[in-house]
Amino acid sequence: MGAFCFPILSVLIYVPLLGAVTLLFVRREHGTYIKGFALVISLIEFALSIPLYFYFNEKTVGMQFVERAAWFPEWGITYFLGIDGISLLLILLTTFLTVLCVLCSWRAIETKVKEYYITFLFLETAMIGTLCSLDLVLFYIFWELMLIPMYLLIGVWGGPKRVYAAIKFFLFTMAGSVLMLLAIFILYYQFYNATGTYTFDVLQLYNAHIPVAKQYWLFAAFALSFAIKVPMFPVHTWLPDAHTEAPTAGSVILAGVLLKMGTYGFLRFAIPLFPAAAHAAIPIISILALVGIIYGAIVSMMQPDLKRLIAFSSVSHLGYVMLGMFAFNMQGLEGSIYQMLNHGVSTGGLFLIVGMLYERRHTRMIADFGGLSTPMPILAIFFMIVTLSSVALPGTNGFVGEFLILLGAFRANMLFGILGTTGVVLGAVYMFWMFQRVMFGEVKKEENRKLIDLGKREVLILCSVVFFIVLMGVYPKIFFKKMDTSVEGFLKFVKERNAYYVASEGAPVKVVLDTLKKPAE
Amino acid sequence: MVDYIWLIPAFPAVGFLINGFLGKKLPKAVVSWVACLALFASFVVSVTILFQFFQLPPEERIFERDIFNWITAGEFNATVGFRIDPLSIIMCLVVTGVGFLIHVYSVGYMHDDEGYPRYFTYLNLFVFMMLILVTANNILLMFVGWEGVGLCSYLLIGFWFRKDSASNAGKKAFIVNRIGDYGFLLGIFTLFVTLGAQGVWTLNYGEIQKNAHLLGASAATLITLLFFIGATGKSAQLPLYVWLPDAMEGPTPVSSLIHAATMVTAGVYMVARLNFLYSMAPQIMFIVALVGVLTAIFSASIGFAQNDIKRVLAYSTVSQLGYMFVGVGVGAYAAGIFHLMTHAFFKGLLFLGAGSVIHAMSGEQDMRKMGGLRKKIPITYWTFVFACIAIAGVPGFSGFFSKDEILWRAFSAGGPYRIVWVIAAVAAGMTAFYMFRLLFGTFHGECRASEEVKHHIHESPKVMTIPLMILAVLSVIGGYVGVPHILGGANRIEQFLEPVFGGAGEHAVEAAHTGGWNIISKAFASAGGTEEASVEMTLMVLSVVIAFIGIYIAYRLYIKNPELPKRFVTRFSGLHRAVYNKYFVDEIYGVVFVRGLLGLGTVMKNFFDEIVIDGSINSVAAILRWCGSLLRLLQAGYVQGYAFAMIVGAIIVIGYLVVRMM
Repeated sequence: MGAFCFPILSVLIYVPLLGAVTLLFVRREHGTYIKGFALVISLIEFALSIPLYFYFNEKTVGMQFVERAAWFPEWGITYFLGIDGISLLLILLTTFLTVLCVLCSWRAIETKVKEYYITFLFLETAMIGTLCSLDLVLFYIFWELMLIPMYLLIGVWGGPKRVYAAIKFFLFTMAGSVLMLLAIFILYYQFYNATGTYTFDVLQLYNAHIPVAKQYWLFAAFALSFAIKVPMFPVHTWLPDAHTEAPTAGSVILAGVLLKMGTYGFLRFAIPLFPAAAHAAIPIISILALVGIIYGAIVSMMQPDLKRLIAFSSVSHLGYVMLGMFAFNMQGLEGSIYQMLNHGVSTGGLFLIVGMLYERRHTRMIADFGGLSTPMPILAIFFMIVTLSSVALPGTNGFVGEFLILLGAFRANMLFGILGTTGVVLGAVYMFWMFQRVMFGEVKKEENRKLIDLGKREVLILCSVVFFIVLMGVYPKIFFKKMDTSVEGFLKFVKERNAYYVASEGAPVKVVLDTLKKPAE
Repeated sequence: MVDYIWLIPAFPAVGFLINGFLGKKLPKAVVSWVACLALFASFVVSVTILFQFFQLPPEERIFERDIFNWITAGEFNATVGFRIDPLSIIMCLVVTGVGFLIHVYSVGYMHDDEGYPRYFTYLNLFVFMMLILVTANNILLMFVGWEGVGLCSYLLIGFWFRKDSASNAGKKAFIVNRIGDYGFLLGIFTLFVTLGAQGVWTLNYGEIQKNAHLLGASAATLITLLFFIGATGKSAQLPLYVWLPDAMEGPTPVSSLIHAATMVTAGVYMVARLNFLYSMAPQIMFIVALVGVLTAIFSASIGFAQNDIKRVLAYSTVSQLGYMFVGVGVGAYAAGIFHLMTHAFFKGLLFLGAGSVIHAMSGEQDMRKMGGLRKKIPITYWTFVFACIAIAGVPGFSGFFSKDEILWRAFSAGGPYRIVWVIAAVAAGMTAFYMFRLLFGTFHGECRASEEVKHHIHESPKVMTIPLMILAVLSVIGGYVGVPHILGGANRIEQFLEPVFGGAGEHAVEAAHTGGWNIISKAFASAGGTEEASVEMTLMVLSVVIAFIGIYIAYRLYIKNPELPKRFVTRFSGLHRAVYNKYFVDEIYGVVFVRGLLGLGTVMKNFFDEIVIDGSINSVAAILRWCGSLLRLLQAGYVQGYAFAMIVGAIIVIGYLVVRMM
């Protein structure tokens, strides 16, 4: 395709920021204008991201829409943006979900409306920036910038225990980030020592030679930071609190995009930078992922609170993502990436629905509902479809992802596949039980009898969710074809690099044993 | 026409979309016409293809058509593609033909239900999914239909979602099926990966069949076992049968269509479809037959003591499905499919008849409150009689031919299959008994209903009775497509299915004899093959005798001497209680699995997640806070001081790193 002269990625990053800054100058009395303006900005952003899909050349491996400018040349920090097929799809997911979030906050947010939308647009900038950055410093800046608006969303517009949840969220992610920062600097100096150049350019660092023993520590630091974000068992406990207390849109964006930053971090940084360590970590990560799948499902089943239930189901679903990723084959990896998108759509959809119920009843307790299909038949249809997507019924998006992940896991290690597939049964148990308790039976509570069914705005929101559930389930090719080459290239690169390390330093397992022995001697 | 095989599932899909989106706004008549016409159109296409097949030589009767690539990832590729061959066309005919009659019947049965459009939307969706299941050309698309029909079953069992029992039953059906699907999925994985290891990456039936020899015997054994686990879920076999009796919570035509005629037979279809794999795994074939026959006798015995008219039929369905598995398990795939077809006629009819009875009795399902209905609802009665005779195996009726074929093939398979045959023959007698118990209890004797109910008893409208009559005719004549050679027939259905099954069946049983069953085989090898024809004749007479004995006992107990059963009940009260309560299987499962899972969940949530994990993390925070309170002594509140400390700290850390790196 040649050079794409228009700096589209920068535009995508800064349009929401510009919107947020503009909103600063709008008087807070104009609530509707503020909402409308935020909606327009998010729609423009979504519209701007669509050409990415069409102009993205799916036949080449490298980064596209690259923008590079020296920033602090003496330190090797560059303003370096670019995307491949993996980040492309996640960017589209982000811009799509942001529109839904603005729409669903329309009535839900009554206080500090102006600040709310400013925060939200700011968050979008940070998310897109994180997905586009190919310079470690730039990435780290955007990564940390995501924290602040999310912290505010939970802490300011959240539920009764919002302060606890917000601080917990902040501390958890900070703890991981600090370690990552340290690892970034070590990597930086390591590269300098080997080559004599200072650079934070990821693509250059990919080819750095890092002694395997050191890789383990660096990988561990990156992996911990990302694992907290995913979140993987056992560092998942911030998630249920954050989800429960966050406003609906916060939950949607948290589940839909922020968690994916963890899994994306593995793909973009932790694995390709430290391939030998990543390969050595396969058993640990896979087992933690499996525990996450099963444990998340079982704990989810017992939750009395809808949002907590969905939060634990996220733990389970993200377990699939990690399991597929560390299968290191095409099926597992493509399934894993697809599952990231699926989870954004279907869990986002679930949170939207719970939000709609919350707006009407001001409760999220399953026990407060029951028999809602009678007063709210339209909601029942949407809820059912999103539930089916979440339990990965064939024909919905969830199936494509889960099937490929489990197939890939099975291919890589039969036992992992066998254990992971139990999630298929458990998923049906907790989702259908929840659905039954909320929607079926007689209406037992007086307050539920007169519930008003969905309005036009809500139907529009859920229609767009269902549209993607079906489209991604029936014709996944339009998404796969954009990532096929990138994923293939990624796998090839990682395998080659791993082989290189194995050739130069011997089998990774042996090295692990050596490093373990050292302190003992 | 064969180029348009996709039309077969397409029509119900269109019906589903129309009624799904517009159903609430359309008048009832339009909804019914859309739903029924969709099925009729599919039926016409199927019949057309059937007649096209007749004009082709048998080996050319296979058509495949890929519509588009569905999932592609690396070596993995699954298409949305269809395949029509004699096996799938028979399934299509059964599904659309019987399905159409049940749709028409539903127009009458569901007429006053407020969820009328929803009902037909689900029903069309079901037929669509079922047709995907039987016309798919690869295992993954079959799985789409497989889970899709499970979804529709869930939705239709819980159709009256305000009733807790209905929504519980729907959920149970889905989850138990998912347990089976767990096996199915692992089967797909194993097949794909082991075949892939030989360089063949495919899930297409034809491709698998061509390359099946690349699979080792042990791989084939594992794969077929895993697929069979899927079949035990969908087709309600031991130990996963428990959902089917509960599924009777759904509207009766649903029980007839989904839980008798079509969906539950999907497991049998799947085994028959993958016959080339099963034939490579004789041990699994034996397990299939064994599970089938044990299910047959086990659920037949439960059928003895049930009083709910639909429950009796449900256990009977479980039992008859067991027969079909005996058929495919002894390698008589054609006989299994033959029984599947005749069963669709007479069991579909029995359920519709039961629906007509329930309709007449103002919703009553308990047999003890019926009796003497034969004069009041004669059409229902006579059609029910035909169905009972057919299922009991009275010569000349459809069930006789198909059941006898299975029994004969089980016997002639010899070896350990003789045990299967003995059990199956006993179960046949039991079937005859409890079906006539049902018939006599419902239609004969004194009417035990309350006066008010009695007053309302009326025959169903034509829209319901005409499907009954058509099915009654089919229950009689449906067997004549498979008249065995010994009775001067040509067993045309077996011939027709020959291109799909070939000689696969015999081969497997041969293998069973050589493959480890020798010792048992020898013990049973008394009956030689020289006088095969006379043996077959003798067995046929024997099974007729067994059927009549069953019917006669029912007659003695429930017509001649109605006090006798009560005496039995008091005499063997313990046994009766066990059978009446279905051997407490549901209760045992409830304690072991449901309570077990809930208990585990509670421990994990309340103790492990909230105390161990979250608690340990919060205690880290608490320790830090304590350290912080010590450090507070250092705090003076001057920002400059903090900034200075931070810079010094950062310099130390970075400096250390720089030095180390150098």
